[in-house]
Amino acid sequence: MSSRERILGRVRRALADVPDDARPYEETIVRGYLREHGQRSAARTVDLLAENLADYRAIVHRCADGQLPELLARLLTAHGSRSVVVPPGLPSRWLGAVDAPLVQDLAASTAAELDEVDSVVTGCAVAVAETGTIVLDGSPDQGRRRITLVPDHHVCVVRVPDQVVSSVPRALERLDPKRPLTWISGPSATSDIELDRVEGVHGPRTLEVVLLGGS
Amino acid sequence: MSGTFVGMPAFPEAAREAVGDETLRGNLRHATHTIRDKRARAVAELDDWAALREAGKRIKDHTLRHLDRYLVQVEEAVTAAGGTVHWAADADEANEIVARLVKETGESEVVKVKSMATQEIALNEALQAQGIRAYETDLAELIVQLGKDRPSHILVPAIHRNRGEIRDIFRSEMSEWGRPAPEDLTDTPAELAEAARLHLREKFLRAKVGISGANFVVAETGTLVVVESEGNGRMCLTLPETLISVVGIEKIVPRWQDLEVFLQTLPRSSTAERMNPYTSMWTGTGGGRNGEGDGPRTFHLVLLDNGRTDTLADEVGRQALRCIRCSACLNVCPVYERAGGHAYGSVYPGPIGAILSPQLRGTESEIDASLPYASSLCGACYEVCPVAIDIPEVLVHLRERVVQGGPAVRNGNRVVLKPAGGHAAERAAMRAAQWAFTHPGALRTGQRLASRTRRLHPRTLPGPGRAWSGSRDLPAVPAEPFRDWWQRTRGGRDGAK
Amino acid sequence: MRVALFLTCVNDTLYPDTGRAVVKLLTRLGVDVDFPMAQTCCGQAHYNTGYRHEAEPLARRFADVFAGYDAIVTPSGSCGAMVRELYPRMGERARAEGRGDGLAATLAPVVPKTYELTEFLVDVLGVTDVGAYYPHTVTYHPTCHGLRSLGLGDRPRRLLEAVKGLELVELPGAEECCGFGGTFAVKNSDVSAAMGADKVRNAQSTGAEVLCAADNSCLMHIGGTMARLRTGMRPVHIAEILASTQEAVTA
Repeated sequence: MSSRERILGRVRRALADVPDDARPYEETIVRGYLREHGQRSAARTVDLLAENLADYRAIVHRCADGQLPELLARLLTAHGSRSVVVPPGLPSRWLGAVDAPLVQDLAASTAAELDEVDSVVTGCAVAVAETGTIVLDGSPDQGRRRITLVPDHHVCVVRVPDQVVSSVPRALERLDPKRPLTWISGPSATSDIELDRVEGVHGPRTLEVVLLGGS
Repeated sequence: MSGTFVGMPAFPEAAREAVGDETLRGNLRHATHTIRDKRARAVAELDDWAALREAGKRIKDHTLRHLDRYLVQVEEAVTAAGGTVHWAADADEANEIVARLVKETGESEVVKVKSMATQEIALNEALQAQGIRAYETDLAELIVQLGKDRPSHILVPAIHRNRGEIRDIFRSEMSEWGRPAPEDLTDTPAELAEAARLHLREKFLRAKVGISGANFVVAETGTLVVVESEGNGRMCLTLPETLISVVGIEKIVPRWQDLEVFLQTLPRSSTAERMNPYTSMWTGTGGGRNGEGDGPRTFHLVLLDNGRTDTLADEVGRQALRCIRCSACLNVCPVYERAGGHAYGSVYPGPIGAILSPQLRGTESEIDASLPYASSLCGACYEVCPVAIDIPEVLVHLRERVVQGGPAVRNGNRVVLKPAGGHAAERAAMRAAQWAFTHPGALRTGQRLASRTRRLHPRTLPGPGRAWSGSRDLPAVPAEPFRDWWQRTRGGRDGAK
Repeated sequence: MRVALFLTCVNDTLYPDTGRAVVKLLTRLGVDVDFPMAQTCCGQAHYNTGYRHEAEPLARRFADVFAGYDAIVTPSGSCGAMVRELYPRMGERARAEGRGDGLAATLAPVVPKTYELTEFLVDVLGVTDVGAYYPHTVTYHPTCHGLRSLGLGDRPRRLLEAVKGLELVELPGAEECCGFGGTFAVKNSDVSAAMGADKVRNAQSTGAEVLCAADNSCLMHIGGTMARLRTGMRPVHIAEILASTQEAVTA
């Protein structure tokens, strides 16, 4: 007997005492909880996102469409970035004002090469206001997961209010589970020393989020 | 690694040592109290917490009720997404599968994401025996591995260490494993984290094989979820060419939407955060294969039983399988706070460990038979559990199994357990008490005897009585029991006081 | 209303003053309370130590002895919780073991009629000011089963706050277990003692003369620790405080 059959058989025997439960999943799982906590205007939801991002030590900027290239250039210069990795589908005008060399991420690029890069600029798939979270789904403006991991400085552009949802349930509704997903809430951190939060371990130690909207 | 739980003494003896260790008591007290208050605040932010808790409980119960169906669905979905699914009935089989898969890649080292399942099966030791070196990359796991130590907490395995001890371990041990710690390393947490970052980066960059567990597996999509803080998880899950995930069969949730419950309850219960810094979700080799080169090209899922189906067979105990390993129960437990994690003799310490270990491993060993008693039944664990596991109920149920024996399932076979040894005197006392309590005349005689001889009673006791009177005075026996007063005065109505 | 006092075996044998205080208090509030002499023990120690089957005759006996009353009042959070929370569970377990509904049916009637003392005062009698006088500084320790199993909430506090002359001071870490835990106190005596010592240290830090609780089992452990540590503090059951009046301070 294979272990597959053995385990499935054990499961069935283990449940022999349980009365047949023909109720479908939908009837069993009572979702008495809220889809989102509180009611807010779109603008207030963006404000909440900004507050919660900042609460977990992300640096938050707001800018209108036309100011983005200038802002990104300023942020990268201020960070002292000598190179910036760019996902393949990032709108090219975003980094139009950046002086530092732009590195294209190629499938053949190694992790060690990526480790030499200072910064990365990406878009995002969705942002969650209640938790201060940005979610990346590997779309062309976000690129492979590794490019937002190995460099020490991540600048993420969120289009507001379109890409902002209130809550975790709302975010999951928008996401495609078939895509590789990364939920990011603040810079890399740990609670492993005396159960107290310290920022900055393996992921980017600086996370800057640009809330892009309006003219 | 020399850290092992084999041959642990029973809980009371192990705890005695911990209670006497002032440094350990201080470390545990500081850490658990810090997180307790924070958790309470994080939970209070959500006014629908009770409903989230109930939904989480129901999702898990429903999954367990139909686990055979959902396991097959996971297998189909993961396979369809380019992954390979393996089934392991026990620890040995899981270790063999993983060792074989690593060897097939031609590699002799792997990077690991913190995983309770691989701790449980002692995967690192098994790999080492096959010539494969496993590097733990979670900061606390690294501290444990470098310190040749044992984990003492589910979330923070090195919770028993304070910053000074961690610095000493880094300074003396890091060079054995790779990049040494900086000469001038201090004990500030930021510097310690930086030292770990530098030490592990070279390992991440060259790793070809990653090993992980998973917090959740979504049956309908085949998606695995790993919740973490540091980014070491992301490194292990995305940089290597091969990823092997060892996952307990109870980690399944039926649908994608179910994650909306647990992604709210787990971080708040665990690290007391609205959301943990990083959560990775992947489905098979999606991303790695389709020319995008995003993540491993090869993905293996090892589904682990190792006592879980035995636990599932126990109608009271099976609720322990709802556990999402948040460790909130450890952090609020007054016994854990004083005894420390090592006393529980298992990778699962604290209240959840006290009900999980004796079920996964059976109650035959001394330590496992003592774990159900490692609780004052105060109920704080049940109160904070985000999936409403009634831990006191299961503890009492397992006490019954220890003292009375009875039917159980071990390794898939129905067995009838004998009562554990060492409880004969207690059993006799319980039966005598029961007899007295069903014969009030005898009870009253005993009470009166105690009252009449009360001036002769010592305030401390010799022998086994020292368990009480070693630290507490005995209560004085009154001149007469209440029932005599009641009978004499008809409840004071006759005027006597 | 026919009201019975379920005193508990521990109080009957070791703390008769608590029983007298309950009788005095309820009588003062116009309740004609009876003490059925056939009562013994609810079976909690048996049940919680793993001897559920040995606890069953005691539970049956309890149901039998108290069957004829409208309300059963007990000055013990944990014995109250035994009846209210665990008797139904015993019935369910017997059913699951294929022994039918008999035990469940026998125990069911007494379950909703059983009240811990402060519940009875606040919920049934609807009083918080029981006319008590107690000129002492008191800190209150909510015992675990009262707090978590019965959900006594702020009832004991409200009763204490209404006592004249009583100054109530906050106990740090109040909701943490004192470490008694029935047989836990001897099976894991080192951890139990450490918990007790921490509880007593917290109590001492309040400067109160008296530590009050609604359960003498916990007070036996806390009081024994206080005496051993020579704190000079006294453990007092809440019934004894509430029974005290200007004319006679009972505790």
